[in-house]
Amino acid sequence: MNTVFKRTSVLKDCPTHYCPGCGHGIAHRLVAEVIDELDIQDRTIGIAPVGCAVLAYNYLDVDMVEVAHGRAPAVATGMKRTNPDKIIFSYQGDGDLAAIGTAEIIHAAHRAERITVIFINNAVFGMTGGQMAPTTMLGQVTATTQQGRNPSNGQGYPLQVSEILALLPGTVYVERCALNGVPGIRRTKAAMKHAFQLQMDDAPGLSLVEVLSPCPTYWRMSPAKAMKWIDEQMSRAFPIARLKG
Amino acid sequence: MNERVLMCGNEALAEAAIVAGCDAYFGYPITPQNEITAYMSERMPQEGRVFVQSESELAAINMVFGAAATGKRAMTSSSSPGVSLMQEGISYLAGAELPAVVVNVMRGGPGLGNIAPSQADYFQATRGGGHGDYRTIVLGPSSVQELADCMPLAFDLADQYRMTVMILADGILGQMMEPVTLDPKPRRPLPPKPWALTGMKDRPQNIVRSLYLADGALEELNNRLMAKYQQIQANEVLCEQYRVEDAEIVIVAYGIVARIARAAVDQARDEGICAGMIRPITLWPFPSDQIAAAAETFRVFLTVEMSCGQMVEDVKLAVAGKCPVLLHGRPGGGVPTTDEVLDKIRQLTIRAGAA
Repeated sequence: MNTVFKRTSVLKDCPTHYCPGCGHGIAHRLVAEVIDELDIQDRTIGIAPVGCAVLAYNYLDVDMVEVAHGRAPAVATGMKRTNPDKIIFSYQGDGDLAAIGTAEIIHAAHRAERITVIFINNAVFGMTGGQMAPTTMLGQVTATTQQGRNPSNGQGYPLQVSEILALLPGTVYVERCALNGVPGIRRTKAAMKHAFQLQMDDAPGLSLVEVLSPCPTYWRMSPAKAMKWIDEQMSRAFPIARLKG
Repeated sequence: MNERVLMCGNEALAEAAIVAGCDAYFGYPITPQNEITAYMSERMPQEGRVFVQSESELAAINMVFGAAATGKRAMTSSSSPGVSLMQEGISYLAGAELPAVVVNVMRGGPGLGNIAPSQADYFQATRGGGHGDYRTIVLGPSSVQELADCMPLAFDLADQYRMTVMILADGILGQMMEPVTLDPKPRRPLPPKPWALTGMKDRPQNIVRSLYLADGALEELNNRLMAKYQQIQANEVLCEQYRVEDAEIVIVAYGIVARIARAAVDQARDEGICAGMIRPITLWPFPSDQIAAAAETFRVFLTVEMSCGQMVEDVKLAVAGKCPVLLHGRPGGGVPTTDEVLDKIRQLTIRAGAA
């Protein structure tokens, strides 16, 4: 029999805990495929965040650590500095990276840590029940912005962390992609592969891929509509772009 | 470095960590422990090891977490307000059972407090400090030599029991200079680290975690940790008993205060007063059995500490109502003098005589 497609061995064969239509499953698979294709499974250490992806180690078959909320870039620093030959990546959501962990990501980038960051932006705190994230869209209804996010109510504006990070000399590569269809998924995989490759090549700084990712449950829409919402709404506040490198 | 040299406590701690095989140091500046960070910034790279000045104490303890998760010997140091910030990370280290060494050169609190010496973080250090059901081993050295000797012990205990070991010093110990010999001590046999994250070459996946969602799974972890803590309580207590044998008044003091109390005990003895001292070196595990044994014959216990009275609670728990336990506490940067302590001893002698 001629095999035309098989699941990458870096992705474990197990049922998912993610909601229907969630982007994490796709993003996990892309990370797994990239690790497989780059043949770095035996020297990669992953960092799972606090949030929906806290159980990422149940799916990704690489050595993994689960860390305090937002602190992944600091943990990654400790790992990479003591193990420069290992490939260290963090997988962080928007609450983790753009809210509680802002200091850690800014300073890891500022120190030019040679790590790879996969930043999943789904514009909401998923695990705790759909509260406003720093990346929540204006007008977006969440558990804590029930009238829609409104800056005049002191709820602020969508925080564009990738643009901030791209300004820092310590980043070598920053790209924003979206899981909004097959072309977007392919582009996301290529970006992730590049980000890992840079670390393998010992490029002098941090590489980050922001992934606009659907959360149909807390966006209160069907999976198909969520994909469309990324196209029509989310990518306006968060333009799909290679921001640096 | 085996010769006797004059060093300040902070630098002795730092050099002792290097001798003890510390692979990585992560720290954020705070007085009165800045000499450690400055010393490490110079010496660690010379040794081909890792030094990172972090953006906060939160980051520092999480860098320690990262290095420790890969099986490396990692440490950080700070002072009271900074150690408060580290409590999140220390709790995660406990949950993930990672070895780490944390130095707290205590200063006055609460809040920003001051930069004077203090022992007011005793509760925080000996009760775990962060959230959840856990302990850290706490060492309370009382001289620059003992600070240096604590360092290899701290790394060994951390590796043996896979937990945080805290060295609890204070602003005086950190700053004062004394002769010290940094001799690598014979080590206890240490277990390998098959749990470390090193990349899954020739073995299945390793996961370092502190989240246990399944029914009963966390309770099982807590019970396992508790069994480990009981083993430590049984095997790792260190304390010094000074002229306790025939003492009617027993001072309990640790750290720099024990140096002051020792002088007061000697002067009291010169006056014909039978005073002695029990000096806990491990603050957790606390030398409860030694104090309980001393309380078997009637004596008066006087706890002297640079706080409003924290260790005194452990002394009372150990004495269990068998003898009076009194406190002489100096908070907020106040340091008890020998005369002050001697005065207390004299007063207690009169009381004991009247009784």
